[in-house]
Amino acid sequence: MRPRLVPRQAPSRWMALLAPLVAALATLLSGAILFAALGRDPLEALWVFFVSPISNWYGVGELGIKATPLILCATGLAVGFRGGVWNIGAEGQLILGAITGGGLALLFPDGAGLWLLPAMLVAGVLGGMLWAAIPALLRTRFHTNEILTSLMLSYVAAQLLGYLVHGPWRSPEGFNFPESILFSADATLPIILPGTRLHPGILAALGSALLVWLLMARLFPGYQIKVVGMARPAAAYAGFSHSRIVWLGMLAGGGLAGLAGVMEVAGPIGQLMPRISPGYGFAAIIVAFLGRLHPVGVVLAGLLMALLYLGGEQAQIGLGLPPAVTGLFQGMLLFFLLASDVFINFRVVWGPLAPRLKG
Amino acid sequence: MDWELNTLVVILVAAVRAGTPLVFAALGELVTEKAGVLNLGIEGMMLTGAVAGFAATLASGSVVLGLLAAALAGMALSLVFGVLTLTLLANQVATGLALSIFGIGFSAFVGLNYIGTPLPGLDPVNLGSLADIPVLGPLLFAHDPLVYLSLVLYGVVSAFLYLSRPGLVLRAVGESPDSAHAIGYPVIPIRYLAVAFGGAMSGLAGAYLSLVYTPMWAENMTAGRGWIALALVVFATWKPLRVLLGAYLFGAVTIAQLHLQGGGVAISSHLLSMLPYLATIVVLVLISRDPIRIRVNAPGSLGKPYHPDL
Repeated sequence: MRPRLVPRQAPSRWMALLAPLVAALATLLSGAILFAALGRDPLEALWVFFVSPISNWYGVGELGIKATPLILCATGLAVGFRGGVWNIGAEGQLILGAITGGGLALLFPDGAGLWLLPAMLVAGVLGGMLWAAIPALLRTRFHTNEILTSLMLSYVAAQLLGYLVHGPWRSPEGFNFPESILFSADATLPIILPGTRLHPGILAALGSALLVWLLMARLFPGYQIKVVGMARPAAAYAGFSHSRIVWLGMLAGGGLAGLAGVMEVAGPIGQLMPRISPGYGFAAIIVAFLGRLHPVGVVLAGLLMALLYLGGEQAQIGLGLPPAVTGLFQGMLLFFLLASDVFINFRVVWGPLAPRLKG
Repeated sequence: MDWELNTLVVILVAAVRAGTPLVFAALGELVTEKAGVLNLGIEGMMLTGAVAGFAATLASGSVVLGLLAAALAGMALSLVFGVLTLTLLANQVATGLALSIFGIGFSAFVGLNYIGTPLPGLDPVNLGSLADIPVLGPLLFAHDPLVYLSLVLYGVVSAFLYLSRPGLVLRAVGESPDSAHAIGYPVIPIRYLAVAFGGAMSGLAGAYLSLVYTPMWAENMTAGRGWIALALVVFATWKPLRVLLGAYLFGAVTIAQLHLQGGGVAISSHLLSMLPYLATIVVLVLISRDPIRIRVNAPGSLGKPYHPDL
């Protein structure tokens, strides 16, 4: 008697919704075990990690700030992932958005009027799209695997930002720190919740989730993306252009990641510096999967992931744990999710091997 | 011996050293992919191997024990990947990414106490007067032992894949798991072995960085080498000799960039640091321009989950 996996007749919708919850609970449990192994009281540690960060309005604002780039990147990535376009370079596209949008702010150090901020946002979107267009072009024109090119370009983008803030864009009054000047008031996002640092980015994130839902559920290109992702031969038979899907998937991911980047530097950071993201673009991959590649799920998963980042910071202050604990939790979360996803398409049967009927 | 030749020898020797971690990692991934499994987690396994090897060497004082620990750590992580993708049939791309994210976080977490602690490193082998031969001496006979280990492993992997029966079976499993299953070969256990070998090799690759190349631990010290190793396997069209040569080519690009920086070329170090990544993109484009070449050479079932009832 040993357990076997038997394919289901049709994927279980219940399991598809249940799997993220199971994964989150399993991660919590492993976290408790980890904290206990490190000699901390697990319940207290979990409290510090997951509850205390959002026990006041300031904390809620911080949660919104961290959820913004995660939701923006993940909704964009989800469009591509649905169509089998593996853009894993959102981190680089986010950095490029910060460079193009932030660069515009640096052109007008004393401010330039109300048009500057919208122009920066557009520049950020275009910057992210430009960076995503490279793997899209290489994929459609030269059949080059977009996983590797988009990832390599993330390293290139990080070096480009480093070059700019160490070199031409370094602030003359910055005591030789590798930082740009602070953006002018015209180039800075306003605060929408008094007493916090929350900026309108969270509204943009929710709006983008709505737009992506509209695209995927109601518009024809979204339908084409889904068909390509589920059955490429069927899509080819229907005459859907695969190149178009690649371009659409890459540009959606790149544009929204670029928007996330410019909002980071125009919002909580307020200037350009060598490290503007603690890996939001990579964490967004987990957010997209955890949210079942669906906009509503992505918003919820983005909030959870933001809490992981906040909790990591709190654990550093309150428990003396390194911030790397966040990466550990992120990896575990995705592992547990992938493991529970098995039960969407398979069920477990205990017993001897059944005789094979087919074939 | 004139000065230019001397410099060239120094650069070539350094290129071999810089390429050696890629040789380990890419040879391991080659075997994994030949069995039909795509493991994108090399970066995570390398980092875990690097920190495990560092910790074990620091605790025991023995580099050999450090290497062993690194290989075991890489293998342990690869078996997590194996359970998820082979037993639980999870998506290989997503699971590999998870492995990389987990490995980066895990190694940073474990390695926190080791930052700033130096290790003595590893002396070159002593082959007596052979090393004194001009040009050939330093190029062939004065490397550290792990360079020779990587070459031995290259020979073993090539012979295994193309001259031995188990290697033939492994390739059959990668080309057509259904046929291999039909004639009675255990597809899943064979894939587990291939994944475990890849993990151990990635662990060794990481340990080469933290024990020999730059004998210390730093967060994220692999700096994308795991991803470059992945690209290298594609670039090599799944052939061991090309993996070896490609690894040294990438080593040369890395070294050329360092020499340009050291030589006072008036280009920002940040721009020069882009070179290995840009080179990776360029070679990937060159090799994949011809889709038939990739389709003919890639293992037939690469990246596809296998379940006997599907």
